[in-house]
Amino acid sequence: MSRPLLIENARIVDPASGTDAKGAVLVENGLISDIAIGAPIGVPEGAEVINAKGLILAPGLIDMRVFTGEPGKEYRETLQSAGDAAAAGGITSFVMMPDTAPVVDDGALVDFLIRRAKATSKVNVLPAGAITKGLAGQEMTEFGLLQEAGAVCLTDGRHSIQSSALLRTVMSYAANYGMTVVHHVSDTSLTGDGVMNEGLFATILGLKGIPREAETIPLARDLQLAALTGTKYHAAQISCAASVELMSAAKKRNSSVTAGVSINNLALNENDIGRYRTFFKLSMPLRSEDDRQAVIEGLRSGSIDTIHSDHDPQDTEVKRQPFAEASDGAIGLETLLAAALRLVHSGDVDLLTVLRAMTSRPAEILGLPSGRIARGAPADLILFDLDYPWQVSEREIRSRSRNTSFEGARLAGKVMRTIVGGQTVHMHAEES
Amino acid sequence: MAQARAAKASTTAAGSSGDFPPFNQRHLLSIADLKQHEIVDLLDRAEAMVPVSRQERKSHPTLSGKTQINLFFEPSTRTQGSFEIAGKRLGALVMNMSVKTSSVTKGETLIDTAATLNAMRPDVIVVRHSAAGAVELLSQKVGCAVINAGDGAHEHPTQALLDALTIRRQKGRISGLTVAICGDIANSRVVRSNLLLLGALNVRTRVIAPRNLLPSGIEHLATEVFTDMREGLKGCDVVMMLRLQHERANGRMIPSVREYYRFYGLDAEKLAFAKPDAIVMHPGPMNRGVEIDPAIADGVQSVINEQVEMGVAVRMAVLDALLPARSER
Repeated sequence: MSRPLLIENARIVDPASGTDAKGAVLVENGLISDIAIGAPIGVPEGAEVINAKGLILAPGLIDMRVFTGEPGKEYRETLQSAGDAAAAGGITSFVMMPDTAPVVDDGALVDFLIRRAKATSKVNVLPAGAITKGLAGQEMTEFGLLQEAGAVCLTDGRHSIQSSALLRTVMSYAANYGMTVVHHVSDTSLTGDGVMNEGLFATILGLKGIPREAETIPLARDLQLAALTGTKYHAAQISCAASVELMSAAKKRNSSVTAGVSINNLALNENDIGRYRTFFKLSMPLRSEDDRQAVIEGLRSGSIDTIHSDHDPQDTEVKRQPFAEASDGAIGLETLLAAALRLVHSGDVDLLTVLRAMTSRPAEILGLPSGRIARGAPADLILFDLDYPWQVSEREIRSRSRNTSFEGARLAGKVMRTIVGGQTVHMHAEES
Repeated sequence: MAQARAAKASTTAAGSSGDFPPFNQRHLLSIADLKQHEIVDLLDRAEAMVPVSRQERKSHPTLSGKTQINLFFEPSTRTQGSFEIAGKRLGALVMNMSVKTSSVTKGETLIDTAATLNAMRPDVIVVRHSAAGAVELLSQKVGCAVINAGDGAHEHPTQALLDALTIRRQKGRISGLTVAICGDIANSRVVRSNLLLLGALNVRTRVIAPRNLLPSGIEHLATEVFTDMREGLKGCDVVMMLRLQHERANGRMIPSVREYYRFYGLDAEKLAFAKPDAIVMHPGPMNRGVEIDPAIADGVQSVINEQVEMGVAVRMAVLDALLPARSER
């Protein structure tokens, strides 16, 4: 039995309840046992007391889109190294994409991953089950067995299902089990061999463009199929103004459709590619500044529900290539919170909205008990300094891969302590 | 006629780098990197190189003792040959390396190749690659000068320089002219380099193509955009035709060769819309009967062969400009 933990003098920010006030939280047996706003809590016998003066106490972040290299590409990332990076970034749970070798398309593998993660990872690893066998977009997996084994949702990761008939069947069947279908919206024929956002900048660089319609056409289709089948549908990530409009319209009619956005599409735009910087080669592609502004507005208005890191470790071998030949993806676990706080510091989005998109909204979409500061909820908590200035340095990255799109970026906001199930799993070095 | 004009325009003596101020660029990767005065400087240097190739002894050994590697990841007869002759006339040791590779055949990466060649201590590497940005990437990994001989649909700077030199010799000036470029604009590196170079020299640029061969945002790069070839050619001083890849005329991009030729092939009837003294250019290799009537390609207005000659002069000038300044330090 671990010691009780009392966190006092904190600014408690809990999006689920709309709380933003000074207070104290008591943790016992891995759960939040008491919350006091504006009043002290008596120190239980033997309790560890943390004076969180000047810090924000928030639910630990839930990251809905994380790629790891385990199993299959452990040199890129293991559950352990991803867990270390997540803990340092204030992420207490992440959804692991099924794009591994082998693909997570079988209940036995989900079960293995959960046990493996418990043994090696500092944070909660939530496996997502593949929608189709081998992510091939052809045959459905065993949704029921995947769910029994512990899969939190269904997704084909970075793959997009092209057949509307198959997707309709998938959605109907997933609705049986109440599982959320998380889908990457990409029309592969329109995307073609495009490698960045279509437009003047791609033309200048001589690179093939990806039109926004490669995203909006499958999104519009998916939203109609979601309404037809009554399933819980989550557009894994959207990146442009037209997609925000589609989500906004669909949400007025159907409350069970939601959408996510990568922190990259909120913080960066296509100009960051500069002269063929492959760490900015991403899927969804970075779009124009107008699109970036539109997704920020979508987040503000509620058309976009969640923010994720799209953490995608890639090694030098596949990144130090000519742009068109390099792999997509950037890591992001350690920079997610601070990059998202840029929106708060700039005055674009308020703190509660930004945190909601990384705590209570993902929890609601996935049906998790965490993501909130409430009596009886798991004690997955973070303490962070909203204004702490730091600069991203490749040398300090905990992830096994170093493909960050924030190298050298000056950020404000740092996690001082990460608590998972009542246990401190990360402390900022200066504080320890 | 063209010969007479060319002879008049050329300078009297073979030039050498000593006659010009130092060229302050380490590589030639793109026209976008060059300032206007650097473009003019390279054209003047190239002009001075023209007589070298017209001498009995075609030798101007300023690169004696230097090693030049032509690294071509994409097959090329003309450009590779042009760089080879340019290097040899300047006295350099020239090695040709043709690397058959594609993104599918995973083997040695571009970076590995760069490191390997770098260890052989060349003085300059001339690179062609099918991927945009590949030459710049390679330049970051070697200790010698790098010349871009074409990277994907990005740039082909020596082509734009030789085109400009040809225009200047034919027309006596560049600034103020109207140049129409017609064909597969979307996939052409020649277009991008030319639009940048001509734009820097105050040329009125036009691009002409069917809509599906016009890249997004092209209206910001060219002065005017046309889909009707006759409209686009009206009153222009220079007509630059581009090669249409056969595989694009298979119904996926363009319905057929005959339809393309009917609307976008350069024949006498369409050429009549340009100024009477307009010159006709083509970067080669030509598809006769696809984008150009053979009679026009071989006609009096064609300067296609002079382009090839100027190609050697431009490449000699670029090699000469990039090399001495570095080794004499």
